[in-house]
Amino acid sequence: MSKAVSQPALWAKGVSKRYAGVQALDGVSVEFFPGEVVAIIGENGAGKSTLMKILSGVVQPDEGKLFLDGEEVNFPGPRDAMAKGISLIHQELNLAENLSIADNLYLGREIRWAGPLGLIDHAATRKGAAGLLSTVGLRLDPGTLVGQLSPGQKQLVEIARSLSLTARFLIMDEPTSSLTQKETDQLEAVVRELKSNGVCVIYITHRLAEVRRMADRVVGLRDGKNAGSLDQNQISHDSLIKLMVGREIKPPSHSEQVVTSSKAVLRLEDLRYAQSPLPGISLEVKSGEILGMAGLMGAGRTELSECVFGLRKRVGGKVILNGSELPANDVRSSIKQGMALVPEDRRGHGLLLETGVGYNLSLPNLDWLNWFGVVRPGSERRMVGEQIKNMGVKTTNASKPVGMLSGGNQQKVVLGKWLARQPKLLILDEPTRGVDVGAREEIYRIMRALAANGIGILMISSDMEEVLSVSDRILVMHEGALSGELHRNQFSEEAVMSLATGKPAEEKTADHIGYGRG
Amino acid sequence: MSSLASRLNFAQYQRVLGVIGLLLVLVGLLAYSHPNSLQNENLNNLARRIGERGIITIGVGLVILTGGIDLSIGSVVCLSGVSFGLFLEAGWSPMVASVVVLVGSSLIGFSQGLLITKLRLQPFIVTLCGLFLWRGLAKFLTQVRFDKVGQWIGGSLPEGEAIFRDACRDVGVGGRQDLSGFFQLETGHFLGLPMPAWILLAVALMSWILVHATTHGRYMLAIGFNEKSAKYSGINTDAYKILAYTLCAALSGLFGLLFLMDVGTASPNTAGNFYELYAITGAVLGGCSLRGGEGTVIGMVLGTAVLPLLQNLVNFAGVPSDLEFSVIGLALLGGTLFDELLRRLNGSSRSG
Repeated sequence: MSKAVSQPALWAKGVSKRYAGVQALDGVSVEFFPGEVVAIIGENGAGKSTLMKILSGVVQPDEGKLFLDGEEVNFPGPRDAMAKGISLIHQELNLAENLSIADNLYLGREIRWAGPLGLIDHAATRKGAAGLLSTVGLRLDPGTLVGQLSPGQKQLVEIARSLSLTARFLIMDEPTSSLTQKETDQLEAVVRELKSNGVCVIYITHRLAEVRRMADRVVGLRDGKNAGSLDQNQISHDSLIKLMVGREIKPPSHSEQVVTSSKAVLRLEDLRYAQSPLPGISLEVKSGEILGMAGLMGAGRTELSECVFGLRKRVGGKVILNGSELPANDVRSSIKQGMALVPEDRRGHGLLLETGVGYNLSLPNLDWLNWFGVVRPGSERRMVGEQIKNMGVKTTNASKPVGMLSGGNQQKVVLGKWLARQPKLLILDEPTRGVDVGAREEIYRIMRALAANGIGILMISSDMEEVLSVSDRILVMHEGALSGELHRNQFSEEAVMSLATGKPAEEKTADHIGYGRG
Repeated sequence: MSSLASRLNFAQYQRVLGVIGLLLVLVGLLAYSHPNSLQNENLNNLARRIGERGIITIGVGLVILTGGIDLSIGSVVCLSGVSFGLFLEAGWSPMVASVVVLVGSSLIGFSQGLLITKLRLQPFIVTLCGLFLWRGLAKFLTQVRFDKVGQWIGGSLPEGEAIFRDACRDVGVGGRQDLSGFFQLETGHFLGLPMPAWILLAVALMSWILVHATTHGRYMLAIGFNEKSAKYSGINTDAYKILAYTLCAALSGLFGLLFLMDVGTASPNTAGNFYELYAITGAVLGGCSLRGGEGTVIGMVLGTAVLPLLQNLVNFAGVPSDLEFSVIGLALLGGTLFDELLRRLNGSSRSG
């Protein structure tokens, strides 16, 4: 490791930043050395993204200084930081989808023919692009439209673009949150390669397994302040969690004994949607049971849940809730009969981000909060107040726009809006994605309490730890079909992974091939 | 209104206050520009103008709240005005004729809504087609055909000696004494206010209840904010969007009736021209966001008043009337800039 270098190459000293009255960063100091991979961890709202924006010149600190190679620097804009070799890859990628890879790589600094017309030299552009792509291990035609790439491939294109700017510091904000395992592997290989070339890679992530594999050093932030740091030999699951939340959190232990009745809340018989393989899906969720649904991304779990709920067209089979058959493609009757779906895309499908917490909570409950169609304000306020309290939503008031809450609190609002209906079956699709560790525990606690009250829970999750620790029973899907069922005594990462990949168990452990964790 | 909803709409009420300020300035300028401008006759005319226009502003406002747009308003106004006139010419009772027109215009909105929801066509395109289609139909209904020597050979019965060949004609019922009783609904007064103002008040009150007090209004706003989330919450999004387009077209039809009763004639070429744009302008000035979800009925009514006042001011201040459109354009631009300024000062821009 390059820690031997006495002087940090990049040094943020006591930087602070306020946004509209909120202290996002408060006197944070961090140093970065060439040739190391630094993971920045912290709960949502800890100030990670703000720090990265300051380092890359996207925003300017209110207080504090930046030093590059020992000299104080000022970055009025991202271009100034880029000129000094600091590149930020945003969480939301900044690529023009309708342009080719090559055009994107050279956007804004096109290779031109000599002459007054400034015509673009396409041959040289393609050639240069091919070279850049090979450095990140992408074997694609540079002429491919970016819109046709997978999220992981786009990420690698972004990295290639940064590399072409001869970046010394590469900042990545949650680079793997939307990648498949293969893409994550590829990204990690590229990061290692960069590191050996002396590039400093700064990395924000929520996936602790990745931190353990990749990071030379971990810097923790909490409430906008330095929370400490860990050297490579100190990195462990527990130490990382302690660094993030400031207290020890026991890995979610399973409730002592499972009281699962034999009564099925939900029964699917040969359920099929368009493009689902034959035969359809048949399964049961029992009263008081948390049924985990594991599988790789794209295994068809979300599609199945949407079809059960009535959002996705059902082409065959039956959905039986509490003994009565539900009509196809009818969300409202599913809801009326006691079904609730907490969708995977919380911000896009679960919430009205610009509207208040209360407004979101009451939306699916207005059918019982009205008097001949007129909303009853008193009942609404009561219901909203109760759900904010029951769910432990941290908000200053019920009219605060829900988009301003943290991921965990947003998820509690989505849960609360459905739990107010006292559903009999709750479908949770990736219930803790983007949710910080503290709120995650609370969500698990709520789930267990619901199950104890006899509610059936179908939990779709790509988080191995979550699947193994929260579920009473696990079903695994592979390419649209159920590939197996595991009872508690059969639970193991290997068993889930082998069913998820549709293959018999192999030596590779789940952790090793990058199944999301933490 | 529940306290939840009212606090939610804090930014909305700020905008409403902004429009009120703008209106006060306009009234002040009007008073300053000419001593006659605030006399009864002019105020009566203004109230009538605002009353009529407000009806279609609310109509398009309902559509905008759900995140859509309706460009067919002017043409629906034209078609309903023209067909109302034709029915009256044919001797129908005005009551029957107006009911038929209202039902017909509702069906127009319903069909446009069906195309937008069930076939997932873009509202802009569907209602743009409507803009051409319904005016074309109005022209066809009033078409007059002549042979080469000027002899009438078909089409709508000409009134007096027409000089055009293969042209459409204006429909006029101006001098009909038998209709004056029914036309009191437009030309009359009640408690000193012209009838259109009362009609607007009634429409606004009903719309206010719909949008701000009922579950249906909540659902419409939710659709405007995020249609997917609304759908995932079990809201029948298609039904509410169709409802919005239907109400908008029905209100356009109502405007068409008032138009004919007011002017006495309806020209298939000019009746309702630009009215969809006046309506959209009023809604936007009143605080409706074209992205959907944001807007108040009070704002729509107040926003409506801006354009007639401005046009009135242009007349009284002696500005060449050719500049009228430019003044409207500048006012809308100014309003938008002012709004953006407020947004930035509040630091509460609507981010995704």
